[in-house]
Amino acid sequence: MSEKMPENQTECAISGEPDRTRRRLFLGAVGGTAMASLGGFHIAELALAKSDSEAVSNLARWGLLIDSAKCATDCDACVSGCNTEHNLEDMGRPETDAQWIRKLDLSDQQTGHVSSLPMMCQHCESPPCVDVCPTGASFKRDDGIVMVDKHTCIGCRYCVMACPYKARSFIHETLSNQKSYSPRGKGTVESCNLCVHRIDEDRQPACVEACNTDGKGAMIFGDLNDMDSDISIASSSKPSRQIREDLGLNTGVRYQNL
Amino acid sequence: MTEHFKLLKSDHPAYWVVLILLAVFSAVGYGAAHYMDVEGHWVTGMNNQIVWGLPHVFAIFLILSASGALNIASMSSVFSQKDYKPWARASGLLSICLLIGGLLILVLDLGRPERLIVAMTHYNFKSIFAWNIFLYVGFLGLVVIYLWSMFEHGLNKYTGKAGLFAFSWRFVLTSGTGSIFGFLVARQFYDSAMMVPLFIVLSLILGTALFILIMSVISQWSGVSFSDAIVKKLSSLLIGFIALELFLVVVFHLTNLYVTEHHGVEYFILFDGQQYTVLFWLGQVLLGGVLPLLYYFSTSREKTMPELVGLSLAVVVGGFSQLYVIIIGGQAYPLALFPGKTVSSTFFDGAIAHYVPRLPELLLGVGGIAISILLLILTMRVLPFLPDNRAHEAN
Repeated sequence: MSEKMPENQTECAISGEPDRTRRRLFLGAVGGTAMASLGGFHIAELALAKSDSEAVSNLARWGLLIDSAKCATDCDACVSGCNTEHNLEDMGRPETDAQWIRKLDLSDQQTGHVSSLPMMCQHCESPPCVDVCPTGASFKRDDGIVMVDKHTCIGCRYCVMACPYKARSFIHETLSNQKSYSPRGKGTVESCNLCVHRIDEDRQPACVEACNTDGKGAMIFGDLNDMDSDISIASSSKPSRQIREDLGLNTGVRYQNL
Repeated sequence: MTEHFKLLKSDHPAYWVVLILLAVFSAVGYGAAHYMDVEGHWVTGMNNQIVWGLPHVFAIFLILSASGALNIASMSSVFSQKDYKPWARASGLLSICLLIGGLLILVLDLGRPERLIVAMTHYNFKSIFAWNIFLYVGFLGLVVIYLWSMFEHGLNKYTGKAGLFAFSWRFVLTSGTGSIFGFLVARQFYDSAMMVPLFIVLSLILGTALFILIMSVISQWSGVSFSDAIVKKLSSLLIGFIALELFLVVVFHLTNLYVTEHHGVEYFILFDGQQYTVLFWLGQVLLGGVLPLLYYFSTSREKTMPELVGLSLAVVVGGFSQLYVIIIGGQAYPLALFPGKTVSSTFFDGAIAHYVPRLPELLLGVGGIAISILLLILTMRVLPFLPDNRAHEAN
């Protein structure tokens, strides 16, 4: 047999088969890198996220610090962010429409000083809404987040009566296009849950994210129990206050420059 | 003295008309509740500011009346006032029927009424609502036992004890109902322990008055009459309760007025609350309190049954007005989040809440009253609850 390459092999070389293999290898490498960079973030996120079996711990207490001085009267980025995140639609009936977060405009009756701030569930340490709920549907997680179990809420609205912050809404109509991570239902009560689905994935609540990107950065979210967290450092540097401190509820949401 | 009792049987034309009307209103009430359930509460006047509306006024009106309607039986069993004894059974039955009507309204107004089973199986024992579930169910059970002891000759010796137990229980029950509002720290008009005695005495007024109104009609149909002695005693009993309630109302508002932070809500209810102010002064104070007292003390002669019915009608309207002012007027005044500041928002912060009751909730409330009375009449047809005057006279 001659050392000359077989005819078909030459043809193969001529037809560019080795190039094709090399291209496939190259494309595979590029694709793999892309997948790794895109999917990798997701995998890392999943790795950081708490598993379903992992219990929520009271080592953390989630809270918000809101700087009223930075909160502009004409800005409602936090409200839009929340409404989009949880699909809180405008039903055209303001008196019955749900609002998880709202902007309050304040004017001092003596001095005329004007200020603005977002108001939502204050995630009290001793929440009156939890005390009054007959079925226990209104509850507080170990990490301080106050929320409603939509499966056991009977829609009695006693919690709405009891909340000192007007933070709860009753759903007055059938809803559609709900987000899978934020189920809502006619005839039950709901309120800000600090975007618990995001917190469980180590992300910021939607209102805080929106305030940082589209607003003035007036909101800081974090662990009140962690002395090194941004919220604790900012809280310790300047005085902050709770709304209706007289009730002694020890709210998870605090305000500065109010 | 042996008492005799009889079934409710009547050939009176109004009897059947009323019976049919009660059945129709009960059905319409249920239909209204079903409509609210299917469409959602936006079809009512209730909203995220006034979360408890007219159905709650009707429900609490009936629940308080249920407790108070047992007065007549309690006067007989607990305080040994024998003139009340012929009416003790009817008093117990009315009590049960009114409570069932009130609870039906409450349940049918829930956002998720089909989850009643959840309320019966999941309890938060810190919730006054959860306590009330036990108080209401316990009350029904106790009054059934109490009635049983009256019906069963062999158990008559236990009637006094059963009566005392039921009497004590109903005070706890109305305390529980008053506490629903008394423990609400969030709202300026509630958050007062005075709510408890206010509700207790209001229940005594409403229950006694409704007993008089309903039994005056039933007695005409069935040829039963109220003795002069019981008319006299019921008049003075009712007037005593009215005077006491008026006193408590004065104390409640004076204590509020002493505290600066409550000046705003007091000014709203007493002077600036439009329909709430009108209902307070004309309904609650004048019709439900001052006029009955003036009428009663204007003459020393003994009052007649028509006069007693007139007094009862006035205080029922007055008591209903009082509950409307407390429940809806109390919510209409905005939460005081920032004292000293004017507050505004897209969620009606700082504004007087708007509420106009709509037809479905009115029909639900009226349906609750209708089914209470329907249940009363139907039970009286099959069991001897009414006193038999003729047998009594023959004796």
